[in-house]
Amino acid sequence: MYTQELDVRGADSPATADPGVLEQHFLARVDAEQKIEPKEWMPARYRSMLIRQISQHAHSEIVGMLPEGNWITRAPTLRRKAILIAKVQDEAGHGAYLYSAAETLGVSRDQLIDQLLSGKAKYSSIFNYPTTTWADVGAIGWLVDGAAIMNQIPLCRCSYGPYARAMVRICREESFHQRQGFDLMLHLARGTAEQKAMAQDALNRWWWPALMMFGPPDASSTHSGESQRWKIKRISNDELRQKFVDFTVPQAKFLGLTLPDPLLRWNETRQRHEFGPIDWNEFEQVLKGNGPCNAERLAARRAAHAAGAWVRDAASAHAEKQRLRAARQAA
Amino acid sequence: MDDSRHWPLYEVFVRARGGLDHKHVGSLHAADERMAIEHARDLYTRRQEGVSIWVVPSKAITASDPGETESLFEPARDKIYRHPTFYDIPDEVKTL
Repeated sequence: MYTQELDVRGADSPATADPGVLEQHFLARVDAEQKIEPKEWMPARYRSMLIRQISQHAHSEIVGMLPEGNWITRAPTLRRKAILIAKVQDEAGHGAYLYSAAETLGVSRDQLIDQLLSGKAKYSSIFNYPTTTWADVGAIGWLVDGAAIMNQIPLCRCSYGPYARAMVRICREESFHQRQGFDLMLHLARGTAEQKAMAQDALNRWWWPALMMFGPPDASSTHSGESQRWKIKRISNDELRQKFVDFTVPQAKFLGLTLPDPLLRWNETRQRHEFGPIDWNEFEQVLKGNGPCNAERLAARRAAHAAGAWVRDAASAHAEKQRLRAARQAA
Repeated sequence: MDDSRHWPLYEVFVRARGGLDHKHVGSLHAADERMAIEHARDLYTRRQEGVSIWVVPSKAITASDPGETESLFEPARDKIYRHPTFYDIPDEVKTL
């Protein structure tokens, strides 16, 4: 993804130019819907905002493997197990694409991983909820990946080239995630009374956290102004959330399941659904690290990283041995 | 100390089908070229996106300077006579 390690000749030339002129040039390019590429001049705030957003996004993909990975060994059929493994593998891939995109902005992979493992970095609050039944795998695919797609499609057009390209790839794969989730829910909803109850229970627990995934209401969103000016974020949190509700209500109806919101109703004049208030206090608490699974998720990531150290070391030792052998043969 | 911290970055190029060019798809870290190919397969061809992979150490690529985009590429803009459509050929003249 055209990274920092890539050698550019004469890359110091733009730094000598007037920053005001450079910023004007940058904004003109953004306004003209041109993509900004790694080695071009960009405002320091643009760079830091992108590093924050892309790395949080990458961490979310990595941590997002945990709630579902929990069910791989207990999938009810071989077919469902193969699907779930493929989905979890995709999440790892999405994390890798995004880490690469973040690295183009001058941050190293090691720094990013350290930030995640030390607990300093944030990731999507949704992954701090437990997956207590098999139906949760369906609810996550349908609702959580559905909400993620809603968030991510506008990002395919974001002004930063490497991020936009990573998002195109991710969105293509994300669609499979949402469909397999809906398919799973559909099978449960059409199954025995117990299976349908299990699906309803999962929907009850995941609905509100899924709505929180779009972030705080527009009125209290701190980063939105600059982000929209720079065409990183193109559609507001509330607008995306509304669209998600409008898309999901008929899907729930098709499943024969009830969304856990007594205030949910269709507004004929606005041609949109009205829905009840979101518990932002819960959102803040989960974000601060007090969600049901925050500690468990981080502990699992740290344990996996530590347990994999010998594999990484062995690969490094092997590569070094091969290099030395090749050097000796050449001599 | 974790040795993977020194793993270099590779740029990955994939040939989608026989007969097409290899196209840049992204990058990854690996201990060596062989691991880079194996990771590239897992990362960029999970859905039959390719029949051949190239990996190149990112450091080995020299790129043009974005600051010189104009001086490098502008000179071609006014040379429209380099395109076949620049020339009006009478209708009677065939196979040209």
